[in-house]
Order: sequence, then C-alpha cells, then structure tokens
Amino acid sequence: MEQEVIVNPDGTQDYFVNMGPQHPSTHGVLRLVLTLDGENIDKVEPHLGYIHRSIEKMCEKDNYRQIIHLTDRMDYLSAHMNNHAVSLAIENALQIEVPERALYIRILMDELTRISSHTLWWGVMGMDLGAITTFLYGFRDHEYVSEIFEETCGARLTMNYNVPGGVMFDIHPNFVEHTKKFIKEFKTKLPEYDRLLSNNVIFRERTVGIGLLSKEQAISYGVTGPTGRASGFACDVRKHHPYGIYDKLDFKEILYTEGDTFHRYKARIDEMWESIKIIEQLIDNIPEGDFQAKTRNVIKLPKGEYYQRVETARGELGVFIVSDGKMSPYRLKFRSPGFSNLSALDEMARGGKISDLVATMSTLDLVVPDIDR
Amino acid sequence: MKTNEEITNAIATGFPELEFYEEGSDFLNVFVPNEQLLEFIDKIRNDKDLLFDYMFCLTCVDWPDHFQMVYHLESSQHGHRLVVKVKLNDKENPKVETLSKIYRTAELHEREVYDLFGVRFINHPDLRRLFLTDDWIGHPLRKDYVDEINIIPLK
Repeated sequence: MEQEVIVNPDGTQDYFVNMGPQHPSTHGVLRLVLTLDGENIDKVEPHLGYIHRSIEKMCEKDNYRQIIHLTDRMDYLSAHMNNHAVSLAIENALQIEVPERALYIRILMDELTRISSHTLWWGVMGMDLGAITTFLYGFRDHEYVSEIFEETCGARLTMNYNVPGGVMFDIHPNFVEHTKKFIKEFKTKLPEYDRLLSNNVIFRERTVGIGLLSKEQAISYGVTGPTGRASGFACDVRKHHPYGIYDKLDFKEILYTEGDTFHRYKARIDEMWESIKIIEQLIDNIPEGDFQAKTRNVIKLPKGEYYQRVETARGELGVFIVSDGKMSPYRLKFRSPGFSNLSALDEMARGGKISDLVATMSTLDLVVPDIDR
Repeated sequence: MKTNEEITNAIATGFPELEFYEEGSDFLNVFVPNEQLLEFIDKIRNDKDLLFDYMFCLTCVDWPDHFQMVYHLESSQHGHRLVVKVKLNDKENPKVETLSKIYRTAELHEREVYDLFGVRFINHPDLRRLFLTDDWIGHPLRKDYVDEINIIPLK
C-alpha cells in the first residue's frame, strides 16, 4: 500500500491509501483510493480499467454467435447466465422457438451456476474476514459443480454452452445422476456453512450493522442482485420479468430490509436454498426431444433495438442491442451488475473502518472483468 | 403498472410536443430535446403515478449524424418502463446535462460514456476518464476511431 499525505488549508491532514490493484480482498485487479481520517474512511474512489478489453467494441465487429462466446469472459462465475442473456436477445428478435428440453437444461445450468458462484463467494468471504477453512470448503463444493459442467460442456469456467435456439449439445448421460448426488450432499453442507459462519460470534460482530445501504439508495445506485434485495429492493429479474420457464417454477424472492453486510450474506445463503428448490423441480422432469432449434448459420437481426434482462449471480445483466440489419450489431451495451453495485461502495463504506470496507466489499461479490468488460 | 398509452398520456400533459414510438423496440420510447432533459427527468422521477426511480441502463449510440443518449428507466414500485432518448446533434462537441443528481448510478455510467464516446456531461461532479488512461487520445467506441495497433480491420 502506497501512501501520501496532503495538508489541508486548515492544517488537518487527509491521508490517501491505494488499496489494490494487487490486493487479496479486491478479488482481481481493482484499485481503490481511500481517503482516510485516521482509520475512518472519508471516501472510496474506484479506479477501473486494469482489465478493460473493450468487449463492446469487439462485438461491433463480431457476428452474433461469436458474441455469446465473449460474454463468458465478463462475469466468469456466471458464464451460463451471460450466454443465456445474449441467446435470449437473439431468439426474441428472430422469434425462434426454443425446444422444451433446452429450456429445462438452461435453467438447470443457470441455477447450478448460481450455487457454484455463491459457494465460491461464501468461501472467499470467510477468508476475507480471516477464516481459511471456509475457503477450502467453498472451493470444494464449487469444484463439484465445475465437474458436472465439465462433463456436459467440456469446460469448467468459460462454458459457451448456450447457442441461439437452444444449447450446443445434449446433456451428458451422467448429468442427472451427478446433479442429484451433488444436491443431496450439498443440502447437508449448507447447514454446515451456517454453523461455521452465520452463527459465529466474531463473524457477526464484523458484519451486523456494517456497510448500511437503504432501499432508496439501492434503487438510486441501481444496486441489484442479492446485494439490492438485502436492502429491500425487489429486483429479481426471474420474478419480475421472467424468462425461460421461471414463471412456471415455485421459488421465493429473498428480501431483507436491513441492508447491512450480514443480511447481504444471508440473502445469498437463502438464495442457494431457492436454487436447490428449482433444480429439484426440474431435474426429474427434463422432457425428451431436441436440445436445439434449427437456426440459420448466418444470423442477422432485423433493424431495431432489443433489450434482454437476466438475473446472474451478481444481479441484473442487461444486453442492449442496436441492430442495423447487418451480421454484427451496430452497437451493443452490456449493463453489468458489478459495475452498478460497485458505484454504491463509497456510500456503504464511508464513515466505517478499513476492515469494515473489506467485509462490505466481500458481500458485493465483485468480479472485476464484469466491471471493466 | 401503467400501460404505454397511459404513460404517454400522463407525460403529454406536461410536455405536449414530445415524440413517442414503440416500433422496433421492446419498450416505449420518447425523444426529449436536449435542453428539456433535466426538467423532463425530474418530472417523471418524482411524479407519484409515474415514479421512474430506477435507471437500469445508460448508454450512448454513435449514429452517422448525431450521438444519441439512451436512458432505460423503470419504476421499482409500479414496474412500468420507459426509454428516454436525447439527440446530440453537435458531433464535434457533444454535450448534455448530467443526471447524476437524480440517479446516483448515472455518475459512473456517465464517466464511462465520456471515456468511450467523448460526450461531455454538464455539471457532472467528477468527469474524468474511467477505464482508459488520462492521456489516451480519442474515444474508442466512436465509429470513426482509428487505432492502427490494436484494431485490425476486417478485409
């Protein structure tokens, strides 16, 4: 951490500390410039761009099938949902009917991704607060899901599994069996998570009442996902703008009103239970049939504007496509959840201590490539 | 939740000359003149029946003869949506009023648009480049941007 002292006209001294870009709790190359008064935080200013690849510019030259594959590289822990968003946008524009089987597979994959992302987050959150065990447990369960993905998609992280009209190939014969086995085991592990962290005195001391964000602030900052819902902002895209077969499924939107670090944590734990519920509703009922609709090789969207919203593990992902009828979009914008969530960090951390900032940032669940794009 | 027609009528009482359309888009769209933007947003944000309090997307499109700011708005309470568009006809020096005082999320999004499109936001609290370095020349998402080193044109 580099530091610098600036003397104000009234003789007091502001104190700047660079946190990152290489810092274990920023989870990637994010640089925060903290303005400090002693150990209290006056201001948090994010400096972005360390992993900016200008995906939106690349999309203007790529065809629509290539764009899907780029989205894996944004929020890599929600790769399936990112793929899903672009696929849906294309399908809605061209009115492609997706086979029932593919709809089921997509939701199953999305929810497995949500669980794997949240387990990893849970492990890392524990580690940020000084508990190494959670990191090992979190990664262990994350690996289970990665193996299920690997069997079907051939990749563990950047799956590139959704294509316009369905999924790229059928699920592996072992998929159902392995998913069921994972869910059965994971249901015994979630209470263990609770015992380890949720009811741990030290953990509670560091999270309850820390990093407050009110509902009005959450809406104004566009904070979505479990982070927004812990502040009482009902923003679950799966409930409010259902896509795929979410409108036929039975699950709850997790809402808390406290808006502190602990309830952002709770919201994610509860969300894993809801994901389990969704998977259990689908896993035995995957319909037979095609896994992909027939589509043209060259995809051209009719002239116009298309917007597709999807709920990723971090919040609302928006894909805004402006098409002029050619093979590539005229303009494509990804409204990434991490970008908006990060903008509220200053609001949450101001007035707290540096160690509170680490806890708060952990519950924002930032993935830097998603912010920088 | 109001239908698009009801939203159109509710807005038209205060701003009778605005142009609405739904064709070729998933939402109801409205074109607002540059100088009326702040007044317009202020009204639809605070009007009890409209209450567009959640900006879920802010971006810019570089058209051959103008820049177009696109604001996607939603009401968290009522659930209806509206897309506000502003044409910036001055391609050399595009300028528009900032919305960061009404929607806090706009502050970072506007910095992104400034960085990548070069649109200046009047009264923005902290208008600096966001992703690129301060000495970067040009604005990459403009259609006329040339970068011989990093962009290989398709032949």
